[in-house]
Amino acid sequence: MTISNQENILEVRNLCTSFFTDEGEVKAVDGVDFSIEKGKTIGIVGESGSGKSITSLSIMRLVQEPAGKVVDGEIVFKGENLLTKTKKEMRDIRGNKISMIFQEPMTSLNPTLTCGEQIAESLRIHQKLNRKEARVKAIEMLKLVGIPSPEKRVKQYPFELSGGMRQRVMIAIALACNPELLIADEPTTALDVTIQAQILELIKKLQEELGTSLMIITHDLGVVAEMCDRVAVMYCGKVVEYADVKTIFTDPKHPYTIGLLNSVPRHDLKVEGELSVIKGSVPSPFELPSGCRFVTRCPHAREICHRELPALETKEDGNQVRCWIHTDQWEKQAEAVSTHE
Amino acid sequence: MSKKALLEVNNLKQYFPIKGGLFGGTVNHVKAVDDISFVVYEGETVSVVGESGCGKSTTGRAILRLDDPTSGDILFDGENLLGLNKAKMRKKRKDLQIIFQDPYASLNPRQTVRQILEEALEIQNVVSRKERRQKVEDLLQTVGIGAHQMDRYPHEFSGGQRQRIGIARALSVDPKLVICDEAVSALDVSIQAQVLNLLKELQQKFQLTYLFISHDLGVVRHISDRIIVMYLGKIVEIGDKDSLFENPQHPYTRALLSAIPSINVGEKKKERIILKGDVPSPIDPPAGCRFHTRCPYAMDRCAVEEPKLHSLSEVEHKAACHLLEDGPYDYS
Ligand SMILES: Nc1ncnc2c1ncn2[C@@H]1O[C@H](COP(=O)(O)OP(=O)(O)OP(=O)(O)O)[C@@H](O)[C@H]1O
Ligand SMILES: Nc1ncnc2c1ncn2[C@@H]1O[C@H](COP(=O)(O)OP(=O)(O)OP(=O)(O)O)[C@@H](O)[C@H]1O
Ligand code: SF4
Ligand code: SF4
Ligand SMILES: [Mg+2]
Ligand SMILES: [Mg+2]
Repeated sequence: MTISNQENILEVRNLCTSFFTDEGEVKAVDGVDFSIEKGKTIGIVGESGSGKSITSLSIMRLVQEPAGKVVDGEIVFKGENLLTKTKKEMRDIRGNKISMIFQEPMTSLNPTLTCGEQIAESLRIHQKLNRKEARVKAIEMLKLVGIPSPEKRVKQYPFELSGGMRQRVMIAIALACNPELLIADEPTTALDVTIQAQILELIKKLQEELGTSLMIITHDLGVVAEMCDRVAVMYCGKVVEYADVKTIFTDPKHPYTIGLLNSVPRHDLKVEGELSVIKGSVPSPFELPSGCRFVTRCPHAREICHRELPALETKEDGNQVRCWIHTDQWEKQAEAVSTHE
Repeated sequence: MSKKALLEVNNLKQYFPIKGGLFGGTVNHVKAVDDISFVVYEGETVSVVGESGCGKSTTGRAILRLDDPTSGDILFDGENLLGLNKAKMRKKRKDLQIIFQDPYASLNPRQTVRQILEEALEIQNVVSRKERRQKVEDLLQTVGIGAHQMDRYPHEFSGGQRQRIGIARALSVDPKLVICDEAVSALDVSIQAQVLNLLKELQQKFQLTYLFISHDLGVVRHISDRIIVMYLGKIVEIGDKDSLFENPQHPYTRALLSAIPSINVGEKKKERIILKGDVPSPIDPPAGCRFHTRCPYAMDRCAVEEPKLHSLSEVEHKAACHLLEDGPYDYS
């Protein structure tokens, strides 16, 4: 049975998505839980390969089958489990109620259609607008995302636009049907910072006007700090910490989150000496350690960490962390020498 | 300590021809680098920053003579590299090495790490055949890769490890100057920090000089002694790290720094300067000051008169803007 909190637009529960390769099963997403409150923004951060993109593709039901498959869990959108929807029902939801912006606009825009046609297409399918209405709305959308002389731009093809302009067109398409949830996977990573600042400001403004809920995937912790209300930190297919943005940046709990923040070189502070680092590197998905996934790199690891996977525990303030240190177990554990490679 | 100039770039121009028209002739030029001059002193790290397409990589490639510059001088240890013939330049490459963003693309996938490094040693004839094996082991140890991994292929390493192999290869010939072109940009933050620390450690150990090309201003602030800011093929500001970050003077530098999102939550944010529009094309760059189409302070003369680099302080802080004719501008 599905009990869901009315305040939440999306609840992801125990999501497991795997790829079945020649070398074996890759558990790309391995029991992920989080929820997004209506109108809020959550950020997903984590090491490359930790499962951020696959989480979002799973929500959109866009994981490439048969190599990849959602093998367990629930994705509850406005009280309904998306995993039980038919292909046709999903097509109605995608681009209409849930939209997605990808990192590289060139790969997700159709090169053979003009910008106007791409926006109009989505409006005609989902909102049943006629050709003329869709065209007018397309121009309106381009204006909304800050594209100068939109009457001229609707007739242009993606290759005729700069990277920043293409990203704006993507946003226009994604927002054309006024979706309730917008998923943005590295929306500004390919852009220069001055253009990124324009786009982030635009997304914020549109979100305020339209009340859209937002999920942003990024490796840029600065973007997270500025845009998000809550942050999920992923490591090897699991959420290791999920907390409000202030806690993540001022009082992080998980050793990975702490290590990650400490290793960011700062442009806004005068810091001398070495950067602090997380030693080692992410284990291969075929050689995941038993117990805590971070154990091979964690400076605090004790014996129990090697043996048993800690659960994602919820604290009184609603924040969550997956680490033995933050359990009653920890003090009972004799300090054991960690066995790093 | 008296500073010795290792690299001196004078009035460097790199124009790329655009072919076209009825007869396939040159119809125009991309002015990728347009009359820039700077000095890099021995043992220091100078960074080049700026937005995509502003000419950072082109500058690095011109110094290595991977492209043939249109005009200018490049003095390395007092010798003009642009005057060397191909054979002499090949020898000179031993002193000037480069590390690229994508270690995967720059390592031969069919060679083991040992073969990659031995080949580099052989081409430059750095050590005798007998000593080579030992030298390879030493190099790998220097960059933190175990000798037991030396017979593996590049794809068997992680991104950070591959970048270490790229660094080992660059160091194998005992270079004086290493150009790092986005050398840590593709790495995860946690791995990036490891590689940055390694680069700093190696700099001290081997008295290396770095020309560090990057668009990440956090990384740049960490690694550099001095910084060059470029916009559309021109140097707009140059200065030591602290004065540049704490007291940026060119309107573009100010916008660039203010646009970077900060991980400082809670604290009061500095006012963000949002620039209008996109970077113009380097084919027909704007006349006068190239930044005038986006500059919040642009005046009439900016569209016609090109600003000179004005000196702003004793510590060689310079910026090219008409506002700075009489010294630093009061932006408050
Ligand atoms: N088609 C596929 N076949 C096999 N494995 C895959 C496939 N797509 C993704 N994976 C694996 O799934 C895991 C999660 O990948 P995902 O793309 O979600 O990472 P990510 O967190 O988005 O990383 P990045 O920051 O690099 O974008 C990785 O280990 C990846 O190698
Ligand atoms: N071989 C070439 N032929 C024609 N144009 C070129 C060539 N190489 C570079 N350019 C152009 O010169 C300009 C400067 O390019 P460059 O690669 O130096 O930029 P960059 O500052 O390194 O940018 P990025 O941050 O994207 O790496 C760009 O407009 C680029 O398109
Ligand atoms: S559970 Fe143990 S190994 Fe894992 S993060 Fe916590 S202390 Fe480190
Ligand atoms: S010279 Fe004029 S346009 Fe250029 S940066 Fe200065 S004020 Fe702006
Ligand atoms: Mg991804
Ligand atoms: Mg470049």
